[in-house]
Amino acid sequence: MMKIMNDSKSVSEKFIAPHIAGLPKSGIRKFFDLVNAMDDCISLGVGEPDFTTPWGIRESGIYSLESGHTGYTSNLGMPKLREEVCRYLKRNYHADYDPAKECIITVGVSEALDLAFRALISPGDEVIYATPAYVSYPAGIAMAHGVPVPLPTRMENGFAVDPDDLKKLISPRTKAILLNFPCNPTGAVMDRAQLRQIADIAIEHNLVVLTDEIYSELCYAEEYVSIASFPDMKERTVFLHGLSKAFAMTGWRIGFACGPEALIDAMMKIHQYAIMCAPTMAQEAALEALKRGERSMLEMKESYRERRNFFVAGLNDAGLKCLMPHGAFYAFPSVKETGMSSEEFAEKLLKEERVAVVPGTAFGPGGEGFVRCCYATGAAELREALVRIKRFMGR
Amino acid sequence: MMKNKVLKLLRENARMDFAEIALRCGISSVQEVEDIVAGLERSGVIRGYTAVTDDFAVSGGAAMVKAIIEVKVTPRRDGGFDHVAQRIAKFPEVTDLILLSGSCDLLLTIQGESLQEVANFVAEKLATIDGVISTSTGFMLRKYKESGRIMLNDENYERLKICF
Repeated sequence: MMKIMNDSKSVSEKFIAPHIAGLPKSGIRKFFDLVNAMDDCISLGVGEPDFTTPWGIRESGIYSLESGHTGYTSNLGMPKLREEVCRYLKRNYHADYDPAKECIITVGVSEALDLAFRALISPGDEVIYATPAYVSYPAGIAMAHGVPVPLPTRMENGFAVDPDDLKKLISPRTKAILLNFPCNPTGAVMDRAQLRQIADIAIEHNLVVLTDEIYSELCYAEEYVSIASFPDMKERTVFLHGLSKAFAMTGWRIGFACGPEALIDAMMKIHQYAIMCAPTMAQEAALEALKRGERSMLEMKESYRERRNFFVAGLNDAGLKCLMPHGAFYAFPSVKETGMSSEEFAEKLLKEERVAVVPGTAFGPGGEGFVRCCYATGAAELREALVRIKRFMGR
Repeated sequence: MMKNKVLKLLRENARMDFAEIALRCGISSVQEVEDIVAGLERSGVIRGYTAVTDDFAVSGGAAMVKAIIEVKVTPRRDGGFDHVAQRIAKFPEVTDLILLSGSCDLLLTIQGESLQEVANFVAEKLATIDGVISTSTGFMLRKYKESGRIMLNDENYERLKICF
């Protein structure tokens, strides 16, 4: 006889672990579907460079395949690449790491983050992360059985972490603070003095700092400072980075983590069992990028800087108040004066003018009232997008 | 220097409007960009504006025949190569002309309506100029890249429209 199910969940749904079943699916899925169904819209909704990986780097990946380098590499990643990563960090970030023990090559910075969460978090541990933030942070923390604690930043502060706000959120269960500056989606950068204050709080409360600096080359301020370069922070900082954004290598999936030996060793165990190693040809391409790709990278950066100047001025001109972002390739204008919510604004702009932007609510607390626009988009498209936004604002 | 920034953008796209150049360079007024460009034109830094074209893709009408010619020259006591170079440069058939280090002295690009026209130019005009010792002509069969523009189109790769 057939068993009658009166529970609304199917048999298979019930198999799913509660902490995964409980993960929120992105609230703006519906909006994404709308964008994807529209063939002729100008999209400012992407999160990657509009450049193809510079040819010299691509050619190295191809050469690697031609040479038959198709086996595994060491779990930590090719020694040559780790050495180059550490040299690069020393040169550009004034951070000192031993390539043999304090550096691991991962499948994008996403994997590095996941390794850090899993290595550090015991069930119930809290991780404070600044918002608006990249969507994976709270999910990654929750998947590692941690409790994500959002720390909203504000436009008045230039979207930097306010030390007093941070202190208020620290509890006995707080394990780590997760920073992402230059920030996706706000484009904010924190300066030396601001980072020092965060560092002091971390030391006082014995917290780990995870710093996702995937956009760090793309900082347009005069000085770029990494919290990892403070000598008294090394023992409690995991520096997370990769080649996706600055070197236009998103599809290659190469990231890395650097930190004290004990933490990297713990992350290595997870990486070893779960991943083995990052793809070999991509590691060889990454090596080329760090060795000889800096000039191409700086040219791309200059192009983002120019487009930023052009685009942000245009947004303000159209009546969307927008701070000048000091990093990454996103503008994060306020839409509050339109009286619309972020999602309403994005949906109407898409339907009426066929311009796609990402509603700020996608990035968590503090995101309402803003939209994210990626200016790593062709100059002609940016120009046309501004014309359409201006027309939209004039209605 | 602001002049160099403006030049860099114009080299990328000479049709960029001044308002965009101003914003991208962080120049506060469009008038200032106009002044900079006018100054560059007046001083002869900017010699003109042309389009980069794929001549082989032009349909209808005979495509121009182009040749690259290496020329050996006897330099003169007064003025070195300049005298001969200036003389050659004045021919409208010559589109580019440079002085080169290495085995030949002048390298020039010429174009004409037909192979015969180009051949005649080399034999009758170029080779007979006083001071020209020898010429070596190569006809252009196909152009792959010019002024940073690749002529073959890569397959279109569709970028994600929206992602975090």
